[in-house]
Amino acid sequence: MRLEVDLAKRLAAGAREFRLDVRFASEADVTILFGPSGAGKTLTLHAIAGLLRPDRGEILLDGGALFSSAQRVDVPARRRGIGFVFQDYALFPHLTVWDNVAFSLPRKGRRADPTVTALLDEFELAECAGAYPHELSGGQRQRVALARALAAKPRLLLLDEPFAALDAPLRARMRAELLRLRARSGIPMVLITHDPEDVSALGGAVIRLVDGRVAGA
Amino acid sequence: MAGDALTPLVLTLKVAVLATLLAAFAGVACARALGRRRSFARDVGESLLTLPLVLPPTVLGYYLLVLLGRRGPIGAWLDAHFGVRLIFTWQGAVLAAAIAAFPLILRASRAAFLAVDAELENAARTLGLGEGAVFLRVTLPLAWRGVLAGALLAFARALGEFGATLMVAGNLPGRTQTLSLAIYDAVMAGDDARAETLVLVSLGVAIVVLVLAARLLQGNARAA
Repeated sequence: MRLEVDLAKRLAAGAREFRLDVRFASEADVTILFGPSGAGKTLTLHAIAGLLRPDRGEILLDGGALFSSAQRVDVPARRRGIGFVFQDYALFPHLTVWDNVAFSLPRKGRRADPTVTALLDEFELAECAGAYPHELSGGQRQRVALARALAAKPRLLLLDEPFAALDAPLRARMRAELLRLRARSGIPMVLITHDPEDVSALGGAVIRLVDGRVAGA
Repeated sequence: MAGDALTPLVLTLKVAVLATLLAAFAGVACARALGRRRSFARDVGESLLTLPLVLPPTVLGYYLLVLLGRRGPIGAWLDAHFGVRLIFTWQGAVLAAAIAAFPLILRASRAAFLAVDAELENAARTLGLGEGAVFLRVTLPLAWRGVLAGALLAFARALGEFGATLMVAGNLPGRTQTLSLAIYDAVMAGDDARAETLVLVSLGVAIVVLVLAARLLQGNARAA
């Protein structure tokens, strides 16, 4: 996998203005966007996923343009094949765990599709398949979010602060789980953290963002 | 006596139910079209679409007459192409009530759609859904309660619609005379007994609607 990002975006909120001007490339299995809050990490991730349209620039995945202002390419989020695990997980509150995980599968015949059962087993969610998100613990919610993203068979997985909402023991467990997942599935990941411990535990390429810019790779 | 009250009651319910359905489809569609991002043009659009709520019903009725009358642009076209005349018909009453009730559904729906976490819609997009599917599978199911609350208000508004209905559909007993028109008629004719009966029927309908509304919204809250 090779991800090349070169994008600029100007955002104005009232009198305040934020300029995102990010350029990096990574061929690592795990790419970590590291930096203080407000540095533009989430915006960068959203742009890669197609949820934020840059003013100009290019986003290439394995040489193919997901976005290119020069070529007038802007692949919609639904066709990018990029999984996204949101910071607060963004589980659908009106759907059960099973329906959340199965959300991306065609509605016809998905009850018979083994994908969901396999993922629920893998993430130890089989017992709570019929539960609603508000009935789950934080760790369970995160695993549902991961399973839901993986069910769509993404070619790249983006994770926005995957450990921020978890307590210390759970953090360690989730790090191990992510490393295992990467090794087994082979799906490359880009994740956000502001915790140096995550960086040392996960390894991979580290992109440091400060004030909307890459400070050093 | 009972027969006297039954005809306007049935007509009122028929008109109010159809008007609410019409207003619900139009209101939800317009709320969806107004979208998530605020802009000056969208705010102006929403204000214009809310006008029927603020205008006196007689003004609404007047404009409907101008548009739908046999010489009006829409009325003449309908008459020439389909032989349809809406003025002085119960269908005209449905249209008048629907337009009067429409802003209530529009505003309730828009507020309910905006209250849905944008990140949930984004999640659906990254999971491969197009904009229409995002709306049907995420936004609408989560905003359902607000839309329903708006629809119930719209139904109540349609039940009591008087001014615009009178101007568009007239006051023809057995054909376009709804409960509120029949009450007005009975009072003007000095028929106190009939007026009292009709008023009691109206009160009964209002109470039933309120109880149903409370139950529906409560049941919905439990499911969500």
